Amino acid sequence: MSMYNDKVIEHFSNPHNAGDMENPDGEGVYGSPVCGDMMKIMIRVSEDDVITDAKFKTFGCGSAIASSSVATDMVIGKTVEEALAVTNQNVLDELGGLPAIKIHCSVLADHAIKSAIFDYAQKHGKTYKGLEGFDPNADEQDDHHGCDMEIHLPEKLSDL
Amino acid sequence: MTTETERQVYLDYSATTPVKEEVLAEMLPYFTSSFGNPSSLYTVGQKSKNAISRAREQVAALIGAEPTEVFFTSSGTEADNWAVIETAMWKRGKGRHIITTAIEHHALLHSCEYLEKEGFDVTYLHVDKDGFIDLDELKKQVRDDTTLISIMFANNEIGSIQPVAEIAEIAKARGVLFHTDAVQALGNVPIDVKALGVDMLSVSAHKIYGPKGVGALYIRKGVNLPTHIHGGGQESKKRAGTENLTGIVGFGKAAELSGQNLEHHAKTLLSLRTYFLERVQAEIPDIRINGSLENRLPGNLNITFKYIEGEAILLLLDMNGIAVSTGSACSSASLTPSHVLDAIGVPVEEIHGSIRFTIGDFTTKDDLDYTVEKLKAAVEKLRKISSVSKDSGF
Ligand SMILES: Cc1ncc(COP(=O)(O)O)c(C=O)c1O
Repeated sequence: MSMYNDKVIEHFSNPHNAGDMENPDGEGVYGSPVCGDMMKIMIRVSEDDVITDAKFKTFGCGSAIASSSVATDMVIGKTVEEALAVTNQNVLDELGGLPAIKIHCSVLADHAIKSAIFDYAQKHGKTYKGLEGFDPNADEQDDHHGCDMEIHLPEKLSDL
Repeated sequence: MTTETERQVYLDYSATTPVKEEVLAEMLPYFTSSFGNPSSLYTVGQKSKNAISRAREQVAALIGAEPTEVFFTSSGTEADNWAVIETAMWKRGKGRHIITTAIEHHALLHSCEYLEKEGFDVTYLHVDKDGFIDLDELKKQVRDDTTLISIMFANNEIGSIQPVAEIAEIAKARGVLFHTDAVQALGNVPIDVKALGVDMLSVSAHKIYGPKGVGALYIRKGVNLPTHIHGGGQESKKRAGTENLTGIVGFGKAAELSGQNLEHHAKTLLSLRTYFLERVQAEIPDIRINGSLENRLPGNLNITFKYIEGEAILLLLDMNGIAVSTGSACSSASLTPSHVLDAIGVPVEEIHGSIRFTIGDFTTKDDLDYTVEKLKAAVEKLRKISSVSKDSGF
């Protein structure tokens, strides 16, 4: 019995698209090891703006790895604009849900994808509607779980 | 869990232990044939009463106490709550200051937090990188209004064993009561409350191959700790409620076996741990051993596998039937990493990659060989897909 459903476990144990990509067209990193999750996404984009390949490398828990796998699967074959429309909820739905406490992990995935596309757009002088107002370096504390570093009273191991 | 193997290797003996067959056998008759209420005057009741008396003697013998100084509770947690909260309330006329450490179990820390809300002042002693308190610092922190020092005997995450006798001496010299949470120490370290000079000591059955849901508080004769649960006359009127007869009987038997087995147990666990650690050190690069290897519980190891996260390691091991714990925030309900590893100065990103292995009486060398193989594979697999590496650093 795991806290995760079978689909999450499957993507965690046999992740798709894990590894490096040589000379990616765009690359984005989100999260930090201090917060416990850091996801790097690399994309290859064709002439006609289609994401033909995506790879990820992730430092993080089971759900962070599973959501990296699912999120990269989801954007491969999509146009850049379509990929930008992928939301956390889409990733979550695709995973068949995560325990409430783990939901921040999929938030990383959609942000990391946007960052990779942002990098691609910058390098190739492109603009996308889906990137309007997006700042890859926005303070992470504002838009995800807030990884506040005050250490206080954890649960689990400390209870046993 | 999609378990890929039938093999089960339990390496989380500090979380809890299986009930030993001999313990279960001792308990069983008290569920059915010998079920009388220990407070009843007829034979079957008196039989239960005698069984509890025997268990009290058995637990007392394991810690060097008089049976009358042992009070059964529902858990180690309850014993901790009782000792800390009731002492604070009882002595508040003298003062409202309590000293404890930053690495206590939540049973202690949350009791202290509660007291802080009630207007008490709590000092949380720091520990060094090995997990030990500084006795001089303790001496300095004792004030005229200090009423209680509560410092754990052995830590549950890193196994560090505190200098309990020296702490007791300091407490005694200043006329302060001393309580110690010995839940993890029991059965692993010889405990003699008289020689150590402690005033109160908490223990729990399920860490020594007894049943869950039963613990005890040792209260030194002469320390008139107030009643914790009001009601009938059980536990000398200090902790009322019809006794957990089967649990207490099991605790007694587990304590007896533990006493007979202690020396062998500690030696065996230490040698297994050393074997396991040597293999891990030789075969897995970029690890960090958390806490000192000296003055440590014999079965405890806490290791950080750098550049990867602990919950992911735990899951991969679990898929191979191996049970361990992690200090990672990812496995915690509050998303904050281990306060103990933080207190000994482990960088946060390395706390996320920490795994606690605790070896026990049923662990074999073969189990550890199997674990090393699966662990090696898990660490390699996760490092391959991690966004952090030795080259990039954290
Ligand atoms: C150090 C320590 N104190 C207290 C407890 C609580 O004991 P119990 O599980 O019996 O409530 C535990 C274990 O859970 C522990 O490791």
